[in-house]
Amino acid sequence: MARLPKPSELGLDHALPKKGWMDTSVDFRSGTWSHPARAKNLEAVGFLNGREWSPANHDWKLPANWKRIVFEGIRERLEKFRSLRIFMDVCVRCGACADKCHFYLGSGDPKNMPVLRSELLRSIYRGEFTLAGKIMGRLAGARKLTESVVKEWFYYFFQCTECRRCSVFCPFGIDTAEITMIARELLNLLGLNIDWIAGSVANCYHTGNHLGIQPHAFKDMIDFFVDEIEAVSGVRIEPSFNRKGAEVLFITPSGDVFADPGTYTMMGYLMLFHEIGLDYTLSTYASEGGNFGMFTSHEMMKRLNSKMYAEARRLGVKWMLGGECGHMWRAVNQYMDTMNGPADFLEVPKSPVTGTVFENASSTKMVHIVEFTADLIKNGKLKLHSGRNNNLVMTYHDSCNTSRGMGFFEEPRYVIKSVCNNFYEMPRETIREQTFCCGSGSGLNNDEFIEMRMRGGLPRANAVRFVQERHGVNALSCICAIDRSALTTLMDYWVPGVSVYGVHELVGNALVMQGETERKTDLRGEPLPGTEAVEDEDI
Amino acid sequence: MNFIISLMAVLALVVAAFLGIEAAGLSRVFGVAIPYAAFILLISGVVYRVLNWASSPVPFRIPTTAGQQKTLPWIKRDRFDNPCNKIEVLGRFIMEVLFFRSLFRNTRAEVDKGPTLYYQWEKWLWLGGLALHYSLLVIILRHLRFFAEPVPSFVPVLGGMDGFLQVGLPGIYVSDAVFMIAVTYLLLRRLIIPRIRYISIPADYLPLSLILAIGVTGILLRYFTRVDLLKVKQLAIGLINFQCVVPEGIGTLFYIHLFLVCTLIAYFPFSKLIHAGGIFFSPTMNLPNDSRMRRHVNPWDYPVEVQTYVEYEERFREKMIEAGLPVAKDIAAGGPAIYSLTKK
Ligand code: SF4
Ligand code: SF4
Repeated sequence: MARLPKPSELGLDHALPKKGWMDTSVDFRSGTWSHPARAKNLEAVGFLNGREWSPANHDWKLPANWKRIVFEGIRERLEKFRSLRIFMDVCVRCGACADKCHFYLGSGDPKNMPVLRSELLRSIYRGEFTLAGKIMGRLAGARKLTESVVKEWFYYFFQCTECRRCSVFCPFGIDTAEITMIARELLNLLGLNIDWIAGSVANCYHTGNHLGIQPHAFKDMIDFFVDEIEAVSGVRIEPSFNRKGAEVLFITPSGDVFADPGTYTMMGYLMLFHEIGLDYTLSTYASEGGNFGMFTSHEMMKRLNSKMYAEARRLGVKWMLGGECGHMWRAVNQYMDTMNGPADFLEVPKSPVTGTVFENASSTKMVHIVEFTADLIKNGKLKLHSGRNNNLVMTYHDSCNTSRGMGFFEEPRYVIKSVCNNFYEMPRETIREQTFCCGSGSGLNNDEFIEMRMRGGLPRANAVRFVQERHGVNALSCICAIDRSALTTLMDYWVPGVSVYGVHELVGNALVMQGETERKTDLRGEPLPGTEAVEDEDI
Repeated sequence: MNFIISLMAVLALVVAAFLGIEAAGLSRVFGVAIPYAAFILLISGVVYRVLNWASSPVPFRIPTTAGQQKTLPWIKRDRFDNPCNKIEVLGRFIMEVLFFRSLFRNTRAEVDKGPTLYYQWEKWLWLGGLALHYSLLVIILRHLRFFAEPVPSFVPVLGGMDGFLQVGLPGIYVSDAVFMIAVTYLLLRRLIIPRIRYISIPADYLPLSLILAIGVTGILLRYFTRVDLLKVKQLAIGLINFQCVVPEGIGTLFYIHLFLVCTLIAYFPFSKLIHAGGIFFSPTMNLPNDSRMRRHVNPWDYPVEVQTYVEYEERFREKMIEAGLPVAKDIAAGGPAIYSLTKK
């Protein structure tokens, strides 16, 4: 793991280099790039040009015909994606997006301004694909494709978390996330991927989830949660796996099953389902909600996403419910039906408890767990004791994907406020559609990238520190598995004393279950507020 | 440096027009041939660009959502920033095209020691952009009086409203003043703010320098040299009726102005100025966020290789049985899939 300087030593300088951006080249400093994809992980899913190489070396061992591959790749994508054509043509370099990117704010590197990030590709488009660019060259902002351009692409397109914050401020809606997605496709054609993504993709494809957890281990983990839940609440629940004929197939990111603090969120889901008597099943085949293909290529996104509908069809469920995840929901909301639908073998989702028909999911047939729970609470179907979360002074982090790729703002707030009594918002410029990324999204949540992650997470951390100082906030909730893991590291680094919670962990804590014994601890095994005092007296 | 290049280019255009008229007496070229050529380039260029954009499909529904999605009926949704049907998309468009909604969101980030970030009020870009585009619109509409006979009734009304600031004769148009201020601001902004200067290329300064020069020559024509408007109108009407008359003695300054305008419109489709049209095609802006409700079809969708459940079970069957997970094929029986459930 790269050495990470202390926050006070990190240094942040927004001074601009003397030389123009076309004349500066990348410095592959440790902590700011991710390990390259290993050949076996690329080959596992049929990607070409896998090899052993390192960004730190001068020679990247590009395939002999690499230029042709890139040109063909760009041409094909210009013909397939109107978004690319428009975004290559209409930027006026007004600079509205420039200081909106968390990586620029946290690193001061001008090529992390969204406008320059996309100019990295746009300049090649102009120089190689437009008449004006070919004739006028630099005067028109054009340049030729060289190896150092490819190195720049690798560095900066794997320094974009595809968060779309820039897009919200752009007068033409130019979405640098879309440009990054397409640029990563081009890099992938040359075998230039990062291993944290390529390894996850290979695992998702072959074992169903990004950690490569095999079916029996997946079940073991859930069994462990069942014991934990019994220990906390005295209620024994019985989840089922790969069960045909269940009404609902529940899919959540595998991080909820294997990584703290997501595991507590998972317990929250299971408790809720038990309490309302939901007829649901989990799947070991479709055991990953997150879609790591999205960080590689549209085709890979489709290949991984296919498992969701395939499993729903095989098991004969009526509809699907999805857990708390960011990019999974971007994929479900904006891509799934188009890629792998139509889901005409499913029914329009209807809550068996409240009878609410989820018309908004009438085509994909997949409901977000938070809207499902919000509906339960609104209809008074849950008995909640919010005082059990009284030790938490809560704020809420909007995940990029559910915010700007979906528009999912009110439901989580409604649920949180129903189960937590102390809630404070972070400043307006840092939440909702303007939310700041955790700094580790889109497959960049790896150890060797740590310095850049902490830099990218700075704007988010700053906003948390603001409410910590002003309101004594000690808890940060979110509805994304990557957030749960990434924000934990980020808080420890920048804002010690703030813990990270999934929304359904809070629900699990507050949920009063039938037949439960008096709870002494929350799901983390920490004493419930009010009970610490009693313990003290005992001593 | 980038600015100097663009300034030199504009100066070269001015000199070319000056010499063309004064030295070579090419008033027919500058008064007739070039305007036609520019107009043809404008139209064909725009058509080409639009067809080119339209030729690429929109495979996925990827609107940028900036407000609450339509979900449960009791949750208040945001129709403008997260439209869920075509009418609402129209609303988003109107907000964007007429009021520059996204630019209005703009803030400026400042870094202090700590490091601590602050986000400050910054609406100048929005204001400058809006001022430029609206004053330009008014100026273009005012120019209609040269091209139409009879003059459409709204033009004098507009001119009257625009010219309420009666400072001497002829009255100063508010739009002229706003236009000059806005262009100057946008230019200075590019030159002075280091970050914006860093991202600017010559192709960003050229249009600004060009319209600044057009503004200056226009103002000189109207307020100082008092160009003979009847002759200008004669030329303009001739151009649109294809009966070209080139009246004597309009003056070289007028031809310079006209030449710069022609350059601008000819340059329009081949430069970033085309952003005016691009906005209507932007898939993050012009699509409703309704893909959970209505299926969006990708015209080039193709089948892909996937790992099927059968392949998955082949690989893990023994472990699954051992763990008590249901499998589709019973290996003990060795036969075809009979869906034995080992548990529940
Ligand atoms: S806000 Fe949009 S138009 Fe302005 S510089 Fe950024 S991408 Fe270009
Ligand atoms: S999508 Fe996010 S990370 Fe990427 S350039 Fe835009 S603001 Fe930065």
